[in-house]
Order: sequence, then structure tokens, then C-alpha cells
Amino acid sequence: MSCGCEAIFIQALMAQNAMTSLPQTLDPAPAPEAAPGIARSDAQAVNTQAGRALYAARVPIYPKRASGTFRRIKWAVMAVTLGIYYVLPWLRWDRGPNLPDQAFLLDFAHQRLYIFGLEIWAQQFYFVTGLLILAALALFLVTALAGRVWCGYACPQTVWTDLMIAVERFWQGDRNARMRLAKAPWGFEKIWKLGATHLSWLAIAIATGGAFVFYFRDAPTLAMEFIHFDAPAIAYLFLGIFTATTYVLGGLAREQVCIYMCPWPRIQGAMFDADSLLVSYRAYRGEPRGSHKKGERWLGRGDCVDCKQCVAVCPTGIDIRNGPQLECIQCALCIDACDDVMYKVGRPPKLIAYDTFRNLDAASHGDRVPIRLIRPRTVLYAGLLALVGTVMLVALSARTVLDVNVQADRNPLFVRLSDGSIRNGYNVRILNKLYETRSVALGLEGLPGARLSVLGMDAEAQPHIEVSPDNLRSLKLFVTLPREAAQALPASQTPFAIVVRDLTDGTETRRASIFRGPGK
Amino acid sequence: MDARPEIDSVTGAETTGHEWDGIKELNQPLPKWWLYVLYACIVWSIGYWVAYPAWPLISGYTRGLAGYSQRETVGQRIAEARAAQGQANAAIAKASVEEIQASPDLLQFAMAGGRAAFGDNCAPCHGRGAQGAKGYPNLNDDDWLWGGKLADIQQTVLYGIRSTAGETRASAMPRFGQDQILERGQISDLAEQVLALSGNPHDAAAAERAKPLFADNCAACHGETGKGNRELGAPDLTDAIWLYGGAKADIVRSIETGRGGVMPAWAGRLDAGTIKKLTVYVHSLGGGQ
Repeated sequence: MSCGCEAIFIQALMAQNAMTSLPQTLDPAPAPEAAPGIARSDAQAVNTQAGRALYAARVPIYPKRASGTFRRIKWAVMAVTLGIYYVLPWLRWDRGPNLPDQAFLLDFAHQRLYIFGLEIWAQQFYFVTGLLILAALALFLVTALAGRVWCGYACPQTVWTDLMIAVERFWQGDRNARMRLAKAPWGFEKIWKLGATHLSWLAIAIATGGAFVFYFRDAPTLAMEFIHFDAPAIAYLFLGIFTATTYVLGGLAREQVCIYMCPWPRIQGAMFDADSLLVSYRAYRGEPRGSHKKGERWLGRGDCVDCKQCVAVCPTGIDIRNGPQLECIQCALCIDACDDVMYKVGRPPKLIAYDTFRNLDAASHGDRVPIRLIRPRTVLYAGLLALVGTVMLVALSARTVLDVNVQADRNPLFVRLSDGSIRNGYNVRILNKLYETRSVALGLEGLPGARLSVLGMDAEAQPHIEVSPDNLRSLKLFVTLPREAAQALPASQTPFAIVVRDLTDGTETRRASIFRGPGK
Repeated sequence: MDARPEIDSVTGAETTGHEWDGIKELNQPLPKWWLYVLYACIVWSIGYWVAYPAWPLISGYTRGLAGYSQRETVGQRIAEARAAQGQANAAIAKASVEEIQASPDLLQFAMAGGRAAFGDNCAPCHGRGAQGAKGYPNLNDDDWLWGGKLADIQQTVLYGIRSTAGETRASAMPRFGQDQILERGQISDLAEQVLALSGNPHDAAAAERAKPLFADNCAACHGETGKGNRELGAPDLTDAIWLYGGAKADIVRSIETGRGGVMPAWAGRLDAGTIKKLTVYVHSLGGGQ
């Protein structure tokens, strides 16, 4: 990896930090038209690092509507993610009587997580940990491949902000209309338009908070409880919290969350390298920038006509032409905006495009390097992803529907009975994860001569222990070893196994434990 | 002096006018969001003073409009818990120990209560796991001095052993050595006989010598064969369990001093329901008969 790419990468980062490179411009005074038929936007990159101070009020951003490939992808991702979020709690899944029929339900009261056919008990929460590890590794991998894809397309903050901006645009019009309205004195038009916007935001926020609580309680029941105002207080509390956060973070704070609150932009700086595909301005092609007059030749100047459409559409208020920067969520809307302009002025598209630091550097010397998707970093992430995924699959497929936990008594460790035999006590928990009653028989293995008894059960009841559906049964088990056998034990601790046999299908579950005695 | 604050030439920020050895402090305003959070906290705290207990007074404190009190809340919770247990406790009070053991719900409740009461009252002598100690019986095993049936255990818990209660279980083994009933040699021989009864290594000649002594002095309580007598609390000498130790020295000391452990009566200290719970709990430890 020591091939100069670190140097390129560090250069890029330094440019990001110092912001020293001033744009070269051909215009002595900016003309109102950047190119024939293309108005120059007055958009300011208010959130460039140099342009913002910690104690300054937020400068509002009025992102212009973009249209193109990436905008369409973003609409699609929004539809899918929001669709899943709002619809999932309403899907049903039959699990038999006395059990919830909600396909996805996190039931805190009974310590169960239901995911369609899968049911995870509290003690198996490592499956959820595994899922989170998978999610983290997937995030690392896509970041190494293509930068902040998560931030730009799928992060809830991005998706909801996008939705809130769409609503704002619906009531108030596009960028220029919104800016006019913001400057206009208070009057009927401003009040109803702003009122409608905020009411719509609030409605979205309530729907978001409402959908959230549905994940924790039977959705139809809770919806009826909300209608009749007799839902549990905690449901109202979380509805309130999520309504407030959606409204404030998605409607009001927007890009401020990404720039100031979120740790992920800081972490991701270390996740991509000189070979990651990032939304980049191809300065080698664009500079020197400036207005383009009709009929003017393109020779000796850059393709950038300095129309600032990339700034106008930016939801975080930056100028992508300043290079990679922490504030950029890489939503690629500037690519759409710029391609539009390039098409109109008759230049090739992709002046702003997904590109790598290495390629940008090579291109500035008139060279090209291929894009390397397979690199030690991506191979490592993909390998880890595959490994953890395999472990999860194996664990899930080996997940037993009859689980047995055995805990040996620790106080006392063993009891000497009057005939000299040694008795150990065990707490045995049998977990039946099926939706039907099961009968099991207990047995011992590896402890010849030992007697087994269950507290509170006579000898006839013991071979036929019933465990109710989706439930656990605790038993106190006594294992007694006669005097001679106990004396013959080689050590004070003897490993053996408790065997739980399912009487219906004959499967046996073994749990290793220890039989303790006074020893030699 | 110039009223306008000095501007630091490097950063362009105002200075506070404070200077230490040529180092000047910049007057950087707080971030707005931080300042607003601070103001919000101040407003919140005023509301808090009004609504909640806040200011100490000479006697007492301002109680606040919300009427919140941690102490009362605890009291309420305890009362609620008591009320919730009331039904089960009433059922326990009415039922006999046998009935409690036969009903799964009552049994579960009694076991939980019995475990807690055992920890509070019995564990100091019998141990947290009821494993006992030298002189304090192990309650997990199947060897009972005064009987291991529910009724026997209840009787023992209620009135104790050699306690001050009138109904106490009581018996006294003579102090054969201290009261000079037997000579040292005889006691030594008897100890060998006791070892023989329980199948332990012993001096066969001494044990044989002690047989008539055993019949004269011990058999009345411990039985001809040494099997003991639960009516009298006389331990079974043939089994593998020793309350005061099974070494010869321990046995000699038992014969010399007569031992005679004491357990207090719990009737009067604990209510009848708790004693029933304790009875069921002890019975369930594994040795109940």
C-alpha cells in the first residue's frame, strides 16, 4: 500500500482542512448568466468549514430540487426504507394460540423478539449482537468501496430530512419561492404556507413516533388504544419523544445533525482511502471556471461555468468544488445538477462524479488509473462479513427448539446422606420454544450407579415431565451416588451429563455438569 | 482608557482584558446552542423548585406543589406489595403445611417467602445454604434428630430445642465424663464401640469391652442397635452423619460433655405464616420425609 496513495489521500485531507486552494475564476465580475440559458445561482456554501462559526446562528439552506439518476435512486430508497418502517409492524404471522401474531415484535414484557418465523429469547440476544456486527461490517465495506453511501441514501436522518424538504417544497415551492417567502413580511400567505408545512411535518413526526411504538406492542391493539386514549403511559411517552425528535431533527435541525451531532462523519474519514469512490468535483476538467458566452471556444478553460447549481441543490450547504469535506453526506444530488448543466452547454457529463482520489490525482497529470474495488481493506471487510455471516447462519440453523440450562448447587456443594451416599442438587431449566406442549424425560450419563429424583415428583411422574408451549419449566434435580460408588470416584469433581429426551421425537439434549463429592 | 475591547491581531477575537505575563485571554462567546441549553436548564430548575421538594428549612423543607415524596412513595410501594401478598398470606394462614405443599401456587409463594425468612433468621447458625456446621445440623440431608416430616419440622421451628418455651423439644444426654459417671478408659472403649456401630475403623477389643457399658448407659435413648430415637432427639449412631464430628476425639468429647445444642423457639418472634413457609422451605431442601 506504500505507493504514494497515502500522500494523495493526506493531500486531499489537508486541502479539506486548510481550505487553502482558492478557486481560479475567469470572471472579473460574476455575470448573472453562467452560460447561455443557465442562470447563475446566488447560493452560498454556508456550511464550508471556513464559513461557519460555532456561535453563529444557523444560516438556513433552501435546497433546490434536483432531477436525474441519483435523485431517482434516492426517491426509491426513501420509498423502500419508509415503507418498511411504517408497514412492518402491521404484518401478521400466525404463531398459534396465546402468542402474538405480529410478524416483527420486540416484546419486553415477555423478553421475546419475534422476527417472522424466528423467535429470539432474552438469553439469545447474541443473535441481535451478531446482526449489529454484520450491519457495522457492511457499513465499513460500503464506506471503503463508495464512501458515505449510508449517509447519502439510507440514514434515517437523511431520509426524513429529504421527506421534510419535499413537504416544504410542496407547500412553499422550490428554492427561490421559499427564499422569497422567508424574506416576506408576515401575512396571510406566509402564515398559511408555513403553518401547512409545520403541520405536515408534525403529522409525519407523529406517524413516525406512532410507528415506532407499534414495534413493541401488538399494532392493531395499540392503534385502537391510541384512538380511545387508553394506551399505556409509556406508549404516549415514546410517541412524544419520537414525534419531537423527528420534528426537530428532520424538520428543523436537518444538516446541523450531520455536521455537529453525528460522530459517523468523523469516523468515516478513517474508513475510506485513495481508492474509495467518492462524490468528487473533477477540478482537472472544471478549472479554470467561469462564465461561458455563446459561441465561445472551450479551449484553454475549464468546463465549470460557475453556475453554482451544485451549491443550490446541496442539502448540507457546501460547495463540492472545494474538495472532500466532512460536511458532505455524499448524496450525489450535485452530480445530477451538474450533469443537467453540462448537457445544456454541450459538454460531456460527469464533471462531478463518483471518483477516487488516486484517479483524480492521475487525471490531473493527464493519466488514468483503473478503479480498484478489490483491495486489502475491502477483502478484509468482505472476509469478516462472510465469516460472521457464516457463524450466524450456523448458529441459527443449530438453534435448538428445546433448550436446557443446568446450574449445579453451590451452597452446599454436596450433601452426605445418612447411608453415606453423596447427593448433589441441580437447578434445571427446560425451555420449550415450540408452540405446543412437550413431554420430556430426564436421564443421566457418565455417572454409573447414580439415582435421579426431581423435587416434588414421585417416581411415576418423573419420566413424563410436561413443558407448556413457548415457556420454560424450572426443576430441582437431585443426583445421588451410593456410598461405594461415591468413594470410588477418582476426584472431588466428576464430569457427567444430564440428558433431556423429547418423548415425541426422541431427540436428546445433553448438558455437561459436575458431580462433586468429598474426594479422596 | 479605551472603552472598546482590544482585538487580538492573530485570531481577530476580542480579549477579556486579562493579561498574565503577556498572555491575553480571548473572549470567545459560548456556542449558542450551549447557551440556550444553559438557559433552558435554569428555567427548568425554577420549575423544579416550585414543583418538587427543594429548599431545606429550619424544621422540614419546602414540599413542592407536585406533592412528591420519596419516603411516601416507598411506603406506598411497600403497602402495595403487602396488599398484593395479602391474599396469598391469608391462604397460607388458613392452610396447613401439608395443604401448602400440595398446592403449586401456595408452594411457590411459601418457598420464596421461606427462602427469605431462612436467610434472615436461620442462616446465622445453619448457614446460607442450610448446610450446617459442627453442632448445627445440616438441613439438606435425610438425617433428622427430631423427625423430618412437615409436622415435625414445624414443631421444631415453633418451639425450638432445649429452648425457654414451655413446649420445647428437650432431652439431655448425661455428662458421662464431667459428672464422673464413667471413667476415662470406659469412655474411650465406648467411643470405639460407637465407631464400630457406624462401620468405621475401630479397636475391636475395646469395642467388645464396651458392649455392656453401651447397653447400660446408652441403649435407653440411642437404642440397643444405636439407631437412635427421634422422640428423644437421640441421634442415629450407625449412619454416616456426625453432628459433632466422627473422629474418636470428637466422640470422646461428646460422651464426656453430653453436648446438647440449643435452638430458640420462633413462635412469638415470627408469625405463624412465616413459620409455615420456613417449614415448607426446609422440607424441600432435599431431606424432607
